Amino acid sequence: MSEILIQCHDLWKSYGRRPALRGVDLQLESGRIVGLLGPNGSGKTTLIKILNGLLKPDQGVVAIDNEEPGVHTKSIVSYLPDKPYFAGWMRVDDLLDFFADFYEDFDRERAEKMCAELQIDTGLKMKTLSKGTKEKVQLILVMSRKARLYLLDEPIAGVDPAARDFILTTILNNYNPEGTVLISTHLISDVERVLDEVVFLQDGQVVRQEMVDDIREKEGKSVDELFRDEFRTAPYGGGEWKC
Amino acid sequence: MEWKLDDSRPIWIQLQEQLTRRILSGWYKAGERLPSVRELAAEAGVNPNTMQRALAGLDASGLSETNRTTGRTVTEDEGVLEGMRTALAQGIIDQYFEAAAELGYTREQAVELLERGK
Repeated sequence: MSEILIQCHDLWKSYGRRPALRGVDLQLESGRIVGLLGPNGSGKTTLIKILNGLLKPDQGVVAIDNEEPGVHTKSIVSYLPDKPYFAGWMRVDDLLDFFADFYEDFDRERAEKMCAELQIDTGLKMKTLSKGTKEKVQLILVMSRKARLYLLDEPIAGVDPAARDFILTTILNNYNPEGTVLISTHLISDVERVLDEVVFLQDGQVVRQEMVDDIREKEGKSVDELFRDEFRTAPYGGGEWKC
Repeated sequence: MEWKLDDSRPIWIQLQEQLTRRILSGWYKAGERLPSVRELAAEAGVNPNTMQRALAGLDASGLSETNRTTGRTVTEDEGVLEGMRTALAQGIIDQYFEAAAELGYTREQAVELLERGK
């Protein structure tokens, strides 16, 4: 159960001259739900894109299931990007075909059941769906794979609170117990109770990695409050308008 | 019975407390089989690992036992149930006296108040 699934050592990545990751060291075990938390621009999406092989690090080593991101890791990693990438002309059932074709571990029946539960008409084209519904379809596709690692980049940002609950329950009920789920978000209070562990990123470095209940026990406050305290920025004081 | 979780304390402890209350109030009866970890976790909207930890705590307290064939069942040991019930009641009593003391009542006055104000 508790083998190391993700191993990152001294990862660096810059966009032009701007560094996004500055020496990330991270180890994650399988069988966990992990929150990847950090303020805007701290490197969350960059790290996730390196883990799924969309970006190459400038420096450092990354291994998933003991292999560099590549053909093998893509077969065991299910990725939810931070924005939808599906063509608007595709219908929901086209996408189901697409995923069934692409991924051996895709459970079409499960995906269809979830669509039915959410009353999503699979005959509709993607471009006719609302933003929230698009996100739900995408999550259904991603969670219907029996993957070892789920990388979910901001899965709940665009949906209403009721749909958030649905999404979190979907994640809880559908993730493979031997798999690991890495969720990046800044809506911490919404996801806190489903997480085992949190990783705090700041300025491209891991500044904290701890079990949620250990944080609550030690600090006497929720992860959400801890996050607010650690990353507090002094608000701009304002002052007179110059006209 | 609803699951209520607050922000400041470890989640597994709160889950264990609420499972304990469910057993003592007879929501789960003595000898009854408890739902699976997954079912309970889904119901409470928490991570299965967290629920597992709460249930392990419940086992450790003696309120439940895990058996290979029957799964996890509520204890039938009346002594354990009664002991736990008394301990919880004692906690409530202590809280009452503390709150009354904050309002300026002595212990004797607090007892008197309690009897008068049924």
